[in-house]
Amino acid sequence: MLSIIKKPSALIGALTLGLSLLSGTVQAANEQYFPLQSYRVGPYAAGGTGFFGGFIDYLQYVNLKEGGVNGVKFTWSECETEYVVEKGVECYERLKKGLNGAPAAATNPLSVGIAYATLDRSATDKLPLITINHGRTDSTDGSVFPYVFPLQLNPYSEVSAIINYIGDKSGGLDKLKGKKIVTLFHGSPYGKETNPILELLAKKYGFQVTLIEVPHPGNEQQSQWLNIRRIKPDWVILRGWGVMNPVALKTAQKTGFPADHIIGNIWSNSEEDAAPAGAAAKGFISITTHPSGTNFPVLQDIDKTVLKAGKGNLQDSKRFGTVYYNLGVVNGILNVEAVRVAQAKFGKRPLTGEEVRWGFENIKLDDARLKQLGAYGLVQPLKLSCSDHEGGGAVRFQQWDGKQWKVISDWVQADRKLLRPIIEESSHKYAKEKGITPRDCSKES
Amino acid sequence: MIYRESGQFITSYQADHRIFKLYQQRWAFYALLGFAFVIVPFIGNDYWFSAILIPFLVLSLAGLGLNLLTGYAGQISLGSAAFMAVGAFAAYNFQVRIEGSPLLVGFVFGGVAAAIVGVIFGLPSLRIKGFYLLVSTLAAQFFVTWVLTQFGWFSNYNASGVISAPSLLILGHDFSSPAGRYLLTLGVVTVLAFFARNIVRSELGRHWMAVRDMDTAAAVIGIPILKTKLLAFAISSFLLGIAGALWAFTYLGTVEPHGFDLSRSFQILFIIIIGGMGSILGNFLGAAFIVLLPILLSNLSANFLAGVVDPGQLENLQKIIFGALIIFFLIKEPNGLARLWQLFRERARIWPLRF
Repeated sequence: MLSIIKKPSALIGALTLGLSLLSGTVQAANEQYFPLQSYRVGPYAAGGTGFFGGFIDYLQYVNLKEGGVNGVKFTWSECETEYVVEKGVECYERLKKGLNGAPAAATNPLSVGIAYATLDRSATDKLPLITINHGRTDSTDGSVFPYVFPLQLNPYSEVSAIINYIGDKSGGLDKLKGKKIVTLFHGSPYGKETNPILELLAKKYGFQVTLIEVPHPGNEQQSQWLNIRRIKPDWVILRGWGVMNPVALKTAQKTGFPADHIIGNIWSNSEEDAAPAGAAAKGFISITTHPSGTNFPVLQDIDKTVLKAGKGNLQDSKRFGTVYYNLGVVNGILNVEAVRVAQAKFGKRPLTGEEVRWGFENIKLDDARLKQLGAYGLVQPLKLSCSDHEGGGAVRFQQWDGKQWKVISDWVQADRKLLRPIIEESSHKYAKEKGITPRDCSKES
Repeated sequence: MIYRESGQFITSYQADHRIFKLYQQRWAFYALLGFAFVIVPFIGNDYWFSAILIPFLVLSLAGLGLNLLTGYAGQISLGSAAFMAVGAFAAYNFQVRIEGSPLLVGFVFGGVAAAIVGVIFGLPSLRIKGFYLLVSTLAAQFFVTWVLTQFGWFSNYNASGVISAPSLLILGHDFSSPAGRYLLTLGVVTVLAFFARNIVRSELGRHWMAVRDMDTAAAVIGIPILKTKLLAFAISSFLLGIAGALWAFTYLGTVEPHGFDLSRSFQILFIIIIGGMGSILGNFLGAAFIVLLPILLSNLSANFLAGVVDPGQLENLQKIIFGALIIFFLIKEPNGLARLWQLFRERARIWPLRF
């Protein structure tokens, strides 16, 4: 009975804590706070529980293993968003002030919609907004968006890296000429975001691109795939979301298109996307910024210190080491690293959002540092700066063997030089619309 | 005893036309307005403005728009969110494409654009009624979202189709701070609520109610059905369009077409059902119930149960409580919260006596 109450003693503890809070005995703690706009119910719960599970477990791990960063422990609290924008905004406003005197470090909503809605607020409140692997592409330009960080990979880099990989497979980018590529995209702002870049790349390399839309939610794709069969493309890029992904794989099998010539993007790359398609998914390729699996020292250590001690956040411990969980861990590593970098400059104390932002802009993860963190191969080498809030722009490719993902390539770099002018054009347009004067990055230290 | 009309005689036509005929009501209303406009901006904080008061006011206005159509004119609609979307995108385009155009004119333009779309989708109401009309307004819901995502022009060719609100300047005064956005929203909502209250007391309002109660009878006594129904759609959509513009500009600061999906339409419909059909006050009570109660539940559970109960379960528990409360209220008073308030007032009039 009452299986939802995990620990009766904790209930009493919480009540006494609540009473003591009411009586006003709050002491300023030596803690750094992470407001978590998590989502554990609703259609995207699979992603939310994995990501926030990994993130929380990593923070817990740093607390247990090292007692926080330089003695400053991490603390966090959750607010359920259900991936709904208004709820995310409400959570943002509720949590941004910190917790019991511990200042907030950064927000990590893992939702494009919420990120867009809190974009201006983060600048006003001087609180970094982390949109790892997603978000608004032009926020890569840190001179216009000082508080937004699309860490590791923005949508444009994602497409560029896929094209580079296809070029590689065909024996060089010049061999792309005359190839046919179909992009099957989710009919939403997210799905459409990369279409102009694909057309630009098609012009540059001389391949033919066909853009086919799948209306939300995408559980019926017969006509789209018949169309693809007619075109006979060399590759299909799957820019899907949720249920659209397994349906695409199943329909591809029905129409006889080989799964190993379908490349899934960053939201089509989890176990939850491939496994429901069963045998049809075998051979399916997708990109990832972080391999799944548990063989990395940092994950082994989390398993030992956190999960084995019964302090893990996952309800289903089998999901340890899956794509979403590992993304949460990667996100944790980057956030904690930013705090660490910022503490080196500002002192060993809880930091304000503005100071943590400086930390993010000065993250420098090279191979040596990654090995130190036990995350070599899990996180890509990353160097951020005032003008570059993305840093990496590299992905690895993985293939579904019917049961799990196998990494099949080294880091493939996006053509960031080509994308930069487009990003700047867009960010400057935004700056003009909003009346923002871009920072002069040559003067930042 | 505290709330008596004895000794208050209406001696002029002007006095008879007042919205609040009793001085107790008048003073309570002025006090409320004074509190909202003068005191709240000083005592409120960011969280109250941005997360609670602004969405409450905007949804009240949206409820008001739908209530004119459904509660007064008797035409059921599930396209409310679509009209909000039209308002938001039209106001945005007006601001972006016409340099230096005033913000409030942009809002009005958004409202007018929504009114035009509303009239077009209101045309079927001349032939069909009830559930069938519901289905045809549902078409507006899907059509508008589709158009706004399909054609980049509407979002000024933003790659992901998301609009972001320009700065909120009115006569050189910046309303961008949370308190400023609250005041701007409150001002617009107050003016429009006054406007709506007066419409339903006018000849047009009486026409609407006649059509609602029995449109054949209304036609027989000479009420022009075409004009009455289409005006209901136009004015209702006008209010919804401005609510949409406020939603995009003062609340979220950004919006994508899918932010105005079917569930938003249902939310607005629930506001008027819970608040009370055919009532102005009901929209505010309904919006308060729908917006504030989940936030209250979520805050309570975050403060007292976090870490004890699994967060996912906690969220589901809140939904269960919320749903149970809705059922409880609807059983207790099917005519909505506004009716409860009215009963309370009647009781207060004769208190401490019972009859």
